[in-house]
Amino acid sequence: MSCPDVPVHPTLPPLGALKVIGQRLPKVDGLAKCTGRAKYADDLALPAMLHGKILRSPHPHARIRAIDTSAAEALPGVVAVITGRDLPVPYGIIPWTRDEYALAVDKVRYIGDAVAAVAAVDEDTALEALDNIRVDYELLEPIFDPEEALRRTDVQIHEPRKPGQNGNVTKEVRLAFGDVDAGLAAADVVVEGEYYFEGTTHAPIEPHCALAVWEAEADGGGRLTVWSSTQVPHYLHRELARVLGLDPARIRVVQPPVGGGFGGKSEPFDLEFCVAALAMRTGRPVKILYTREEVFYAHRGRHPYRMHYRVGARRDGTLTAVDAHIVLDGGAYASFGLVTTYYAGQLLPPPYRIPAYRFHSTRVYTNKPACGPKRGHGSVQPRFAFEVTLDKLAERLGIDPIELRRRNFLGAYTRTVNELRITSNGFLACLDAVERASDWKQKFRRLPYGRGVGVAGSCYISGTNYPIYPNSMPQAAVQILLDRSGRATVFTGASDIGQGSDSVVAYVVAEELGLPLPHIRVVAADTDLVPVDLGAYSSRETFMVGNACLQAARTLRCRVQDAVAAAWEVDPAEVLLRDGQARWVRDPQRAMPIAEAFQLAEAHFGTLAATGTYDTPKDIHGAYRGGTIGASPAYSFTAHVAEVEVDPETGFVEVKTLWIAHDCGRALNPTLVEGQMEGSAYMGFAEAIFEEHIFKDAEHGRAGLHHGPSLLDYRLPTSLDTPELVSLIVESVDPEGPYGAKEAGEGPLHPSIPAIANAIYDAVGVRIDRLPFSPPRVWRAIQERRARGAG
Amino acid sequence: MRELLTLRVNGLEVEAAVPPHFTLVETLRYVLGLTGTKQGCDKGDCGACTVLLDGVPVLSCILPVQEAVDHEVTTVEGLVGRGTAPGEPHPLQRAFDECGAAQCGFCTPGILMSAVALLERNPRPSRQEIAAALSGNLCRCTGYTKIYEAVERAAARLREDAS
Repeated sequence: MSCPDVPVHPTLPPLGALKVIGQRLPKVDGLAKCTGRAKYADDLALPAMLHGKILRSPHPHARIRAIDTSAAEALPGVVAVITGRDLPVPYGIIPWTRDEYALAVDKVRYIGDAVAAVAAVDEDTALEALDNIRVDYELLEPIFDPEEALRRTDVQIHEPRKPGQNGNVTKEVRLAFGDVDAGLAAADVVVEGEYYFEGTTHAPIEPHCALAVWEAEADGGGRLTVWSSTQVPHYLHRELARVLGLDPARIRVVQPPVGGGFGGKSEPFDLEFCVAALAMRTGRPVKILYTREEVFYAHRGRHPYRMHYRVGARRDGTLTAVDAHIVLDGGAYASFGLVTTYYAGQLLPPPYRIPAYRFHSTRVYTNKPACGPKRGHGSVQPRFAFEVTLDKLAERLGIDPIELRRRNFLGAYTRTVNELRITSNGFLACLDAVERASDWKQKFRRLPYGRGVGVAGSCYISGTNYPIYPNSMPQAAVQILLDRSGRATVFTGASDIGQGSDSVVAYVVAEELGLPLPHIRVVAADTDLVPVDLGAYSSRETFMVGNACLQAARTLRCRVQDAVAAAWEVDPAEVLLRDGQARWVRDPQRAMPIAEAFQLAEAHFGTLAATGTYDTPKDIHGAYRGGTIGASPAYSFTAHVAEVEVDPETGFVEVKTLWIAHDCGRALNPTLVEGQMEGSAYMGFAEAIFEEHIFKDAEHGRAGLHHGPSLLDYRLPTSLDTPELVSLIVESVDPEGPYGAKEAGEGPLHPSIPAIANAIYDAVGVRIDRLPFSPPRVWRAIQERRARGAG
Repeated sequence: MRELLTLRVNGLEVEAAVPPHFTLVETLRYVLGLTGTKQGCDKGDCGACTVLLDGVPVLSCILPVQEAVDHEVTTVEGLVGRGTAPGEPHPLQRAFDECGAAQCGFCTPGILMSAVALLERNPRPSRQEIAAALSGNLCRCTGYTKIYEAVERAAARLREDAS
């Protein structure tokens, strides 16, 4: 008896054969979340736990001359105070740009930069201790404007990495593919435009929280456990080891259920280092919970981009060339900025065939909270600029904008001009779906003044082809253990932040082993218990962890089939595992409970456990420097139509409906896919109309202070503000995704913003090339148009 | 210095020794261990801390705990068994689970409390009425659509049970 090797990308079972995949099943943790049983980071408490607080800089740019903590330390109830001198090792999520400290060592670079941390018996005492820390600052000139940061060499926010460089620049990328100048010269029409995308933040409803405990070991060392509301337990594990100078084998990172991330919890933060250091210092558990204000200053949200595009097309609408120039306002630290700078250009070409493309993107530091990855990392802003440009082109050429997009369709199983390998591509089906559902042909340029529709398309990655730190280990791994009671336990490092990765692995196991969902336990995101996973970012979990899980589950299925087949003396391929039973396909009366089948298999093979791994194919991108960034094993495609009503007297834009068509490869659970589509479209809508992460200037208050770091002032749309969201799932069935699945968590955000911008133009004839489309801005544009006598 | 209060939470009388400045949410979470109620902003902006006070939704993060004395407090934990068999989740909780209305789940307890108050006074709400009832509860994950579907499904079930 032998089990054949199970391929990483097994042949797709025929659609009709799937029993679990494609069903609208509940999530494995759904009821726990709906009954208050799920324990998030701040729901945890340990005996003798101390409460930590972090002192933050009131200055946007200053040198720290001295810190006096003696008065704080003398307060009754204060157990420990630490400063940057205690944690002098720099960290950063990207290994090439480690430019942050757990607590500022000699300089602060934004209002809110962490300076010192205390642990005390309760929160009140910890706050009082902060008031008693004296910091002597030497004020430095701050820079808030990215163009100024580029120009100025006399004020350096960071030391230049190499002599002669400007220390205010994180990264500069210049890439060119094809002959752009010739393409623009050959164009019948060139549309040139300047766009500005205001920064926005994630605003998850759960504030960041971390809890640490240090336990002494017999060898004189100890063991550190950190629970954190992180999206990336593995990267946190690595950085904790670096900064604390601890052997990573002594560190355990546990990610409890996370109350929303959206990219805002995808790198280490000061609080995680502080709880760890304070727990080690005091020997007692220490917890820190951010206030809502601290969440706004921790930020790592969407970068403000200044973008300049020149796009050429022939009379028939086919694109000839794209030339882009982008400045990214990075804030005080690098964060993921190196990648963001590439993504600003690399992810633009699909879903279109662009014969020549050039981009120049530069990320600069400013004295504001650091920007980082927010849902649709780096590519949401260029997508806005480009899809609005396409709308302008379509109008200049007298071509319907959906038709213009069809004419430039990239195709499936091809490569983009920047050499990204494209597999399945359902973009045309997405365009068809939104065109039909929105009744586009009856509405576009036909609705009365004040009402309009707009379209936009986009593309996004299903995970990045390479991990953040170079290594040749698998991108994802899953371990499954079968119990003789008829139960499976899945051990996965995947971070469920609400998107449902715990459920996805359970669905895969349920499908392959014929188990009911309650018989599947998922143990996730605990570095002591599960194989390494890189975390919930870049829409990688379903594709990569799903594939790893499928491999492990098929290995075990095969063993169970073999053992049952041997007992029945039939062909193993004829043993079906379904509905909690093993059945012979030729005679369904011949069946046994799955627990009995597991017992037969355990008797044959020993303990039933298997691992599965997934690694990305390595020949799917260009060989040029930076060619690996933006490469993904599969791309999702999306099209939106937005319908808006604009009040020309107030400039108020009401988005009535967003039709969202998304090619997710295959919907493993349509309910969860729709949830991602609707949540993404909502978040894009919010950025289009409501949100801006902005800071005061010296004329309007304290320069560098957040304009309104609360969930009231930073305007999140409520249920009454949010448009009707119509999800239209498109399934292109990717040959390499698990059961054909690709991502759904980030792609469907992109077209919301340009679709709304284009709909505003259809409604009132004004182009708003700057976000957000707030009433004053829209009203002014309408007034200017009227002044020109145009309407 | 702590103050000893007697509260009525989820049908049970409980004693809680609280710092006098504590809000209701701090008391529920950090004194009584009822961590189902969440705190997202601590200043009345997000609605994650919504609980029922005598059946009416209130923001427990801006309610001094003393003001809850002599009132019936209901939290998400108390929805289990409310009009259902002991230990059985409320039809709203089941519907939220089935419809994918809880993604990260952090706003869910507060939304459930607003929704239960709505259905107890209006068994057949329109979508607009649901949106209005939930407008004090921010959800960052769902775009609200699945939440509406869940409230509608639960309302239909409750009407069936009542008839």
